[in-house]
Amino acid sequence: MTAAAVSRRSLGGPPWVWVAVAAVPIAFLVVFFAWPVAALVARGFVDEAGNPSFAQVQAVLTAPRTWRIVGQTLAQAVAGTAVAVGLGVPGAYVLYRRRFPGRRLARAVVAVPFVLPTVVVGVAFSSLLAVNGPLGWLGLRESFAAIVAALVFFNYSVVVRTVGTLWARLDPRAEDAARTLGASRARVFATVTLPALAPAIASGAALTFLFCATAFGVVLVLGGTSWGTIETEIWYQTTQLLDLPAAAALSILQLVVVSASLLVANRTRARAERALRLLGSPADAPLRAADWAPALVTGVVVLGLLVLPMASLVARSFVTPDGVGWENYAALAGRAQGTTVSVWQALWNSLVTATAATAIAILLGLMVSYVLSRRPASPSGRWVLQGADSVFMLPLGVSAVTVGFGFLITLNRPPLDLRSSWVLIPIAQALVALPLVVRTLLPTLRAIDPRLHETAATLGAGAGRVTATVDLPFALRGLGLALGFAFATSLGEFGATSFLARPDHPTLPVVVYRLISRPGAENFGMAMAASVLLAVLTAAAMAVAEWLGPREVNPW
Amino acid sequence: MVTGLVVTDAVVRYGPVTAVDRVSLTVAPGEIVALLGASGSGKSSLLRAVTGLEPLAGGAVSWDGEDVTAVPVHARGFVMMFQDGQLFPHLSVAGNVGYSLHRLDRASRDRRVEELLDLVGLAGYGPRPVTALSGGQAQRVALARSLAPQPRLLMLDEPLSSLDRGLRERLVGVLEATLRATGTPGLYVTHDQDEAFAIADRIAVLSAGRLLQVADPATLWKHPADAEVAGFLGYGPFLAVSDARALGWSGDDGDVAVAIGPEGLVEDPAGTSVPVVAARAGRGRYEVDVRLPGGALAGLGTPSAPGPQVSVRIDPAGCAVVPR
Repeated sequence: MTAAAVSRRSLGGPPWVWVAVAAVPIAFLVVFFAWPVAALVARGFVDEAGNPSFAQVQAVLTAPRTWRIVGQTLAQAVAGTAVAVGLGVPGAYVLYRRRFPGRRLARAVVAVPFVLPTVVVGVAFSSLLAVNGPLGWLGLRESFAAIVAALVFFNYSVVVRTVGTLWARLDPRAEDAARTLGASRARVFATVTLPALAPAIASGAALTFLFCATAFGVVLVLGGTSWGTIETEIWYQTTQLLDLPAAAALSILQLVVVSASLLVANRTRARAERALRLLGSPADAPLRAADWAPALVTGVVVLGLLVLPMASLVARSFVTPDGVGWENYAALAGRAQGTTVSVWQALWNSLVTATAATAIAILLGLMVSYVLSRRPASPSGRWVLQGADSVFMLPLGVSAVTVGFGFLITLNRPPLDLRSSWVLIPIAQALVALPLVVRTLLPTLRAIDPRLHETAATLGAGAGRVTATVDLPFALRGLGLALGFAFATSLGEFGATSFLARPDHPTLPVVVYRLISRPGAENFGMAMAASVLLAVLTAAAMAVAEWLGPREVNPW
Repeated sequence: MVTGLVVTDAVVRYGPVTAVDRVSLTVAPGEIVALLGASGSGKSSLLRAVTGLEPLAGGAVSWDGEDVTAVPVHARGFVMMFQDGQLFPHLSVAGNVGYSLHRLDRASRDRRVEELLDLVGLAGYGPRPVTALSGGQAQRVALARSLAPQPRLLMLDEPLSSLDRGLRERLVGVLEATLRATGTPGLYVTHDQDEAFAIADRIAVLSAGRLLQVADPATLWKHPADAEVAGFLGYGPFLAVSDARALGWSGDDGDVAVAIGPEGLVEDPAGTSVPVVAARAGRGRYEVDVRLPGGALAGLGTPSAPGPQVSVRIDPAGCAVVPR
């Protein structure tokens, strides 16, 4: 079989079928993403009399405060990315290239932070670094270092997974060959291993940068008044100063940053996907004494950076003004200050909205993945698909705050008046979860050998039966993980929800933020207990998903 | 009425590259035709075009006189069996074999699956996961699966190429016996001459997208159409008639070349003494390269290690005549 003979001809039936399938998620994105975001951005370009004007955007773009915020955003993102990559590469080696007892547990511990609610992580780090906290003596409260540490906490698993899944499949014989040619271990790593990993490292770094640059909840909680990102600034300008043009200008700035990093991420990911076809099954070896350095680094990161803040959070949730006990948890049944509902009620709200959001995200995610996994024969068709691939990633990077606020100003009048409907919240959450769902389902669908479709077709299966008997079983393999991602992300979503949740109907992250931003030991204790509750729920959802899903799926 | 497969002037293009260039071919009911060619000769492309997996840029495919060029893949009744089986990994052996039998009721489907597995020598393998199969077993399952819908035509795309030699030789017998037993016509793509000769009623030789010759194995071997076909079949060197006569050739004259087959040169004390260039030990004999009087290099087998010179002559039974 010649290479050219491997057809890219689609067997997915007539083109209108997948155009129809594509139309639903596209319509969803247009109505619930493009329109609100565009409407908000457009506000930046009209003056008070309603005439088109660049004056307000110009004023924002020339303000020193804007550039200080942009500088802080980039500095945090660059530092967070550099540290996450520096620590993540040894982590990938130890967790994916080496075998040791407890590796599955270690991988699970590493996987959890990524889906923890940002507010919870903010609370955990502030409890750790508070003046009377275990690491209070470091004096890092409301510091740049604290924010970077929290960003690394989130994104360590992104780097470890991206690099690790590729590393596990690198054929070790290339390294063996280099060793027999006289190269030292260090030289083998620098000349053989690192170049092979480069696409995965670049891809992981680009995504980490994206997540760091758009961080919201964690910076809001940890940054205090001295540190912010474009995202927190948009929130500040809209909710505190009611300055929409400023928010619009900042949204445009953020779109530029996000689009650039998405472009890099997508390019490098495509390269990493090609490189993934190196070895059929993972190759690993037992952990050896010679691995002491990466093992030590990884152990310190897992215990010190990942486990310690969460352990501290749990410990502090049992600290009450009168000593140690369950009082903080008992208080959750009562009305939380600043809200009209109890924490338990908020938890119920969260579970209901997250379930609805998960259903929407999974349904749309299946459709999007199905369309994106097609292999059109024409170059223009492939070009369109590649573009669509990036477009469906956009909600990941565009400010959730922008989306939430955009909802408020567009969906509040006919033809679509949903302002008073709780449906807006699951829709916004589904929007945030959709890219993760697609990234989880797509690799398994893309991994299907086109000849499986062809075999099914020659055995008499029409387009519908090929989809049902070949594509669907593969998609189901990734569905467990996708469900977990969607549910955990929706449960912890804070940026958009903070805008959309009505005061009498808040979700758990919103309540946690209200509690932590109010003074008083009782509020602090309740915030701790509520955070533990939220963390346990998301971690449990993720653990079930990991257990259901295939081990080899890497959304990035 | 024309029966079976008729391919007329098929053209397959990949952008500017013409992979199949106006090829015409027939497969009669019950017949097995091998498409033989080096890699890149366009044989797989032709097969895919016949199946409908690749669009034809020109020409037509018909079955029993009915043009099927526009019929979609799944409705053609031409089943494709790929090199590496392409078993559905999420289905069991029985699930794979019964894939096309979903319209039968459960009992008849199970019975049919068991029959098919029995046919390929894997009775009782139904419940196993396909991931637990060896390469040879996987190909047998793929064969059983391909035969399940009782295809009008079975297309085999290098079905044995990923297997080791011993297994390949055994399985080619299984394949042939199964196709004959079920009366299934086959279009069998291979780059392996021995496989083609072992299984096919007729062999079609392709090169650079063009069909060079179609003939039954004996005719193809005895009368290759030209030097290219002969070379691909293993003939060589090609000698001018005058050079051949010096080595004992007595065949007809004319504007032809004598193609020396693998057994076309034999050791004979009464023959011409030629210098030995190289000698390698083989199984029970020596493979010797000699330089013929005309300057061409040729090979022959000798029972014992040769000296610096051996005496050789041409054995006409092992040679063919091709146009110059």
